[in-house]
Order: sequence, then C-alpha cells, then structure tokens
Amino acid sequence: MLSFIARRLLIAIPTIILVSIFVFTLQKLLPGDPILVLAGEERDPVVIAALREKYRLNDPLPLQYIAWAWQALHGNLGISLRTNAPVLDLIAEKLPVTLQLAAMAMTFALLIGIPAGVMAAVRKGTAWDYAATGIALWGLSIPNFFLGIMLIFLVSVQFNWLPASGYVSLTESVSQNLRTMIMPAFVLGNALAASMMRHTRSAMLGVLRQDYIRTARAKGLLEPRVILRHALRNALVPVVTVGTLLFGELLAGAVLTEQIFTIPGFGKLIVDAVFNRDYAVVQGVVLCTAIGYIGLNLLADVLYVVLNPRLRTG
Amino acid sequence: MTLALDTASPAAAAPRSRFWGKLLRNRTAAFGGGLVVLFALAAILGPWVLPWDPVQTSWSAVRKAPSAAHWFGTDELGRDVLARVLSGARASLLAGVVSVSIAIAIGGPLGIAAGYFGGWTDSIISRCTEALLACPFLILAIALGSVLGASLVNAMIAIGIAAAPLFIRLTRGQTLAVKTEDFVEGARAVGLPHRWIIIRYILPNIFAPILVQATLIVAQAIIAEASLSFLGLGQQPPAPSWGAMLNTGKNFVQQGQWWMSVFPGVAIFFTVLGFNLLGDGLRDALDPRES
Repeated sequence: MLSFIARRLLIAIPTIILVSIFVFTLQKLLPGDPILVLAGEERDPVVIAALREKYRLNDPLPLQYIAWAWQALHGNLGISLRTNAPVLDLIAEKLPVTLQLAAMAMTFALLIGIPAGVMAAVRKGTAWDYAATGIALWGLSIPNFFLGIMLIFLVSVQFNWLPASGYVSLTESVSQNLRTMIMPAFVLGNALAASMMRHTRSAMLGVLRQDYIRTARAKGLLEPRVILRHALRNALVPVVTVGTLLFGELLAGAVLTEQIFTIPGFGKLIVDAVFNRDYAVVQGVVLCTAIGYIGLNLLADVLYVVLNPRLRTG
Repeated sequence: MTLALDTASPAAAAPRSRFWGKLLRNRTAAFGGGLVVLFALAAILGPWVLPWDPVQTSWSAVRKAPSAAHWFGTDELGRDVLARVLSGARASLLAGVVSVSIAIAIGGPLGIAAGYFGGWTDSIISRCTEALLACPFLILAIALGSVLGASLVNAMIAIGIAAAPLFIRLTRGQTLAVKTEDFVEGARAVGLPHRWIIIRYILPNIFAPILVQATLIVAQAIIAEASLSFLGLGQQPPAPSWGAMLNTGKNFVQQGQWWMSVFPGVAIFFTVLGFNLLGDGLRDALDPRES
C-alpha cells in the first residue's frame, strides 16, 4: 500500500511542476508591467532598473522560473498589490470559509444524491426512477448563481426565513454561521447531488446484476438488508472516489456562490483579485487550487484501493 | 485499402439511418433538440421580429413588471427584458458553439497526435493535459479571462482553451482504440502516409464520440460564459448577455423585482437542458448496446 502511495506521489510531481510552469507563464502573459506599478508615479529609470535587478527580471525566463518556484516551495507566493499582505496569508485566511462551505455542500450532496440514486436503481423504470433522473437533470442544468438568486427571492425576501447574504464566522456564533451558510451550501451542493445521484444509480444497477446479490436474495435475506448491506456497500466504492474528485469542483463552484451570498472565501478572493489586477493573488489561488485538486486525485486513487479489497491484495 | 474504402459508403448508410431512427424515437432527445432549435431561431429571428430594441433605454419605463406592453417587464434602465433575453441568446449560443469549436481545434489535433504517434509525443501532451485538467474549469477560465481582458470574444477564447484538455483526453483515447483496428494496420502496411491515414481512417471513426462530447460541453460552455458575464468578464454593457442580466437582476431581487433575474435564468436553464438532453440522446443513439 505504501509503495502504491509513493508511486502515485512520484507521478504527481511532474504534474505539479507543469502546473507551476503554466501559472508562471500566465503571469508573464499578463498585460502591463508590474515593475511600473511598484516604481510609483515618478517612474525613475534608476529605480526601475534597480527593481528589475531586485526581482531578477533581467534573468532569462528559465532562471526566473526556478527562482520563483524556489520561493513558492518555501511558502512565498508573493505579496498582494492591493493589501500588501503575503498571498499565502490571504489564502490561509479565506480557505477555511470555503472549506466549510464545500463540506456543507458535500453533506447536502451525499444526503440527497445517494438515497435518490439507490431509489432510482432499485425501482428502475418506475415513477421513482424517472423523478430522480429528472431532478438530476434539473440539478445539472440550472446554473448555481441563478438557483442562488431564486432562493434569495423565495427564502429570504418572500418568507424571511434565512438571511439573504452576509457571513458570521463559526467562532462568533455557530447558529448564525449555520443560518448564513445553509442556503449557499445547498446551492453549491445542488449540482453535486445530481452527479452523485447519477453515479450511485449507475453503480447500483451494475451491482444489482451480480451473482452474489441473487445469492443473498435466494438465501432469503430481507430486501433492505440486500440493498443496504450487500449492494450499496459495493456500489459506494466508485461513488466515494468520484465524490472525492467532485469535491475539487466545489472550489470552482464556490467562486459564484460566494459572490452571490457575499461570503468572504477563496472564490471571492480570486474574483476581487481579478478586478483589482492583483495578479500575485490570482496566480497563488490558481496554483493552490491545482495542487489541492492533484491531492484530491491522489486521495481518490488511494481510497479506491483501500475500499476495494481485491485491488489491495493484488 | 480498397476494401475499407468500399465498405465505408454502403455500410455507413445503414448505421446512419439506424442512428437517426434511434435519435428521433428518443422523446427526451427530440425535446432537447427542439429546445436547441427554438433558442437558435429566437437568437436569429428574435431581434428582427420584436418591436423593442434591446439597448434602447426609457426613463419612463424603469423596472416595470411584466405587462401587455412589455411581456417580460423592463430593467433598471427601462430596456425591454424580452428583447434582451432574445438578444442574449445570440451571445450565449455563439459563445457555446465558438468556444467548443476552439476547444476541438486545439484538443482534436493534439489528442490524435498523442494517441497515434505515442512515445514522447504522447508523454509530453498527456502530462500537459493532466496539468491543465488539474485546474478546475471555471477557475482556469477566470484566470485566462483576466489575462485576455473582459469581452465576449476573450471569454470564448478563455473557455475554449480551458475546455481543450477534455477533447485532448477524449480524442487520444479514441485514437488509441481505432489505431489498432485491422483497417488502420492495413493502411500502414501498404505504406500510406500518416497524414492520409489520420484523415481517411482515424478521423471518421472518432467523429461520433467527439460530437457527443461537444454537445455536452456546449452546455457547460454556455454556463461558463454566463458565469464569466455574471462576474463581469464576458459580454460588456450595453450589449445583452444572460449572465450580465442576472448579475444586474440580483441587485433588485431583494426589492421583489424578480423578472430581471427569472427570465434570463430560465433561458439559460432551458438552453443548457436542451443541449444536455440532446447530448444524452446522441450518446444513446450511437451506443450499440442500447436497443
């Protein structure tokens, strides 16, 4: 098992290097010269030359990349032009908010997607199946920013059940935090629930055709036991791995959800950075998201082996 | 080679008619296709048929609820929402089709090269694809959009580049499967040049899965364009786009003025639903296991 993880880690290294090259190139393609911004309004040629020397911008591009990557490896992703704070600190400050949102969204997705998928597979071809499949299609087709706006209109404006926007941190008040996060989490989890439902249905249909399910039924086991203990346990193996990969998609989805509900998370950080031309932050967020996504890929591979005993012994 | 050429035309006719038969019998796919055609017609004909100009402001008709005079109401500048929704269809459908065409133009040749030539070509292209796939689609599109600048054309380019890795992976896999077929081996054995083998034998056989994937990715691209426009990185005012309309509309939802958000949102939903249903139908119709 350890050698498998080590092998996967080794495979991930070139991908991370390529991602870092891509992010570095992105910075080089940006319009405008950041040194001119740093040099101030006077734009003294001596200052500009000194700054170019300081930031090694006169070096060839490969050397610039190596210097940048070395700094990034040591946790230095640069300084935000807008706030003057280190990019890594900004990310560390915003990431927990988005992770909480993503975790709550994933909970919604699991609570809705898996039971609906099981029900659709067990009652294939019935009204249950069509209803679940239809709801999944609805979930995949509705943009989360539109769903968010509609929920604000219904839940906050019409019925006044939950606040329309704003954020209260967990340390300030748990109940207020949940009140502000529940609607964004539902919006973010909606498309994921649809994907989970589709994967669970497909995996369950595959498992329900297996001989051991027929044997379990022939032994006279009760149907709920056959479904939950024998079928679902095996069907969940691919669903768990897919769910791990989809967790990465939540980070991207959070960009819009946080924008609508004014949640100060990772997604809002990148949007604000784009509009303030705070490229170091854009670069840092893209790099961290990609590395997180590669990590989730690795976790999905490991989980697949851990959950599948045949692969473990093989 | 002669055999392959001979079988291409007559044998293809039967599966083609079977494919269309299966597709048209699939009611959900037909419904999806109908939605796509409807929105395409609305995009093409809408601005000619409607009496309202989508960018014409009217200070006497600001934020009016739907009525006989303005079926979908008016926005914060008194512009007709129906005219803007129909005009926005043009931007959204154009963005969906153009960005997917860009993605295929980049991803198709690279995927075929990786799958057909293998070796170092495959290693380099595959590693770069994995690196790009490691960045979530929307984050990558936002990052590219910020580099290129805010406009509809740049949003299309950004979405096209962000979606290209999906086509590289698909065409590579399909090419790998097709290149081991006897007719490709035969073409190689008689010494046909690679270019000719790819154009004559590989491309026609990987076209169907690319078409299915393209239809499904058009749906994602429409959402991505609406997302970028919602964030201000796509279509710029006063030109209408569904995402930008939703962004403006959200500011008035809390005052109970729902029509500015509901109609563009519903338009996005039905267009995306149409492409998703059509894509699913195409996949089923091309799947030999489906009866």
